[in-house]
Amino acid sequence: MSTPIIETRNLHKWYSGVHALKGVSLKIEKGQALGLVGDNGAGKSTLINILSGLHRQDEGQILLEGQEVDIRNPKDSMRLGIETIYQYNSMVPLMTISRNVFIGREPLKWSIGGFGILDEQKMREESVKAIADVDLHLRSPDALVGELSGGQRQGVAIARAMHFKSKVMILDEPTNHLSVKETAKVIGFVKGLKEQGVTSVFISHNMHHVFACCDRIVAMALGQIVLDKPVSETSIEEVSEKL
Amino acid sequence: MKRLFKLALQKPELASTLLLVLLILMFQILSGAVFLSIDNVRGVLGLLPETALVAVGVTLLMICGEFDLSVGSVFALMPMTMAVLVVAGVPFWLAVFLGLALCAFIGFVNGWITIKFDIPSFITTLGMMFMARSMTVVVSGGFPPRIKPGAVPSWIFTGFVDDGGLVRASVLWFVGIAVLISLLLAKTNFGNWVRATGGFLPAAAAMGIPSGKVKIACFMICSVLAGFAGMIQSLRLNSFLPALGEGMELQAVAAAVIGGTSLMGGVGSIIGGLIGATLIRVIDNGMVMSQIDSNWFKFAIGALTIFAVVGNAWLRRRGRAMQVETDK
Repeated sequence: MSTPIIETRNLHKWYSGVHALKGVSLKIEKGQALGLVGDNGAGKSTLINILSGLHRQDEGQILLEGQEVDIRNPKDSMRLGIETIYQYNSMVPLMTISRNVFIGREPLKWSIGGFGILDEQKMREESVKAIADVDLHLRSPDALVGELSGGQRQGVAIARAMHFKSKVMILDEPTNHLSVKETAKVIGFVKGLKEQGVTSVFISHNMHHVFACCDRIVAMALGQIVLDKPVSETSIEEVSEKL
Repeated sequence: MKRLFKLALQKPELASTLLLVLLILMFQILSGAVFLSIDNVRGVLGLLPETALVAVGVTLLMICGEFDLSVGSVFALMPMTMAVLVVAGVPFWLAVFLGLALCAFIGFVNGWITIKFDIPSFITTLGMMFMARSMTVVVSGGFPPRIKPGAVPSWIFTGFVDDGGLVRASVLWFVGIAVLISLLLAKTNFGNWVRATGGFLPAAAAMGIPSGKVKIACFMICSVLAGFAGMIQSLRLNSFLPALGEGMELQAVAAAVIGGTSLMGGVGSIIGGLIGATLIRVIDNGMVMSQIDSNWFKFAIGALTIFAVVGNAWLRRRGRAMQVETDK
């Protein structure tokens, strides 16, 4: 078997006395579309926040392609090729699409000590291309993200992650608050990731969404993994029972 | 055409510019053409850079999602510190540098406390407003220091630059600084971080922007500009008073808000803040020139602030609701 792209070993996390993660060990293979399901408070978000650098584990290791890594902040996570898409909080509504695509990673014409002049033309051109690459058609990179629909926003977020050549894309409840049509679009984006060889972790409350686009299901309850099966060997009923 | 109109509706600076032009015309008529006379324009231009520089800093900070009530006190503390140092024999430029460094430090403390303890900057800077005001009186020892006219090269900041004696150097300083801050906000990655931090903090944090540091930097810029503006005013008047700049903090906020900056952060522009500051100065001066009872000044500013915010919100909604052809 090949080296897993991400491996966690015995991750623990306490939040002021609450044991939110109780020794989670998980191997994610390259190119896999993994669906992570579980009730509120099951530890899904905690696990994801650790991988994306918003929180740090209290115990345990994270390995990326076999190498142990230390993820201290979101920058570290992104540098390692892990991109996270949150249900709504990864875009600034009052900023344009092109600015949102490059937040925190702006291309600069020249710079001193990390500060410099934005290369706005490059930002515009590359964001148009990135958006087209995920098969999303938007009129202008200068439109405000706040003017887009929920599904389009998730599309831009996915385009951004793709543009930065992520190895692993974590989608945290990307279909929440979306209409049926928009949900179908987002699920389409996720399926597209697999074709492009990107590993994805899809988190959702909605089993139907997860079963629609993932090839492996991991269920969590009370901070532990309670089920881990290929999608073909399990069913919504079986997973629901475990939660 | 319709698209241009929509764009204009969504630009809050536009409405205030229009109001500014209208007010200037009105005061010109009411004052019997005295308002735009050379002498009066000179007076307005003398005072404008001082208020406007404070407004620039406050606007930047508000776009970043924070607030500074201590600018009025810093406005007085910086020149007082500088003057006391000069009287004590410290060279002028070193004294200026130390004064500005003190402002930067105050800005840092404002920002650091706000971020570190996660408290509203309204409270932090309210405290700092009292502390800095008190320090101003303490360093002066109760007696304002006196610097002989001509003893310091104040012409660099306040001397007239043209033969007619209309434009002071302070106008040039102010324009230069305002352009610089505008560019910082619009054209640099730092500006992008400021807007993201003020616009939606969770997104900025998730994308790895050091939003705490960005905010602290904005606090520091804001304080330094306030101190610099206070120095210009003190040098122009050649007097160093502990009560300088009282009430300045709220005028600066009013200027920013009138110019379309949102109290919630993320929205606003430096040019908007400038127009707001100009509006306030024009109303102040225009009322005197038109022989309107100047006790109404604060009433006018207050009413304008509320009117501007309500109007901007309405215009923006209208602008957004207006359907335009989006294809092609």
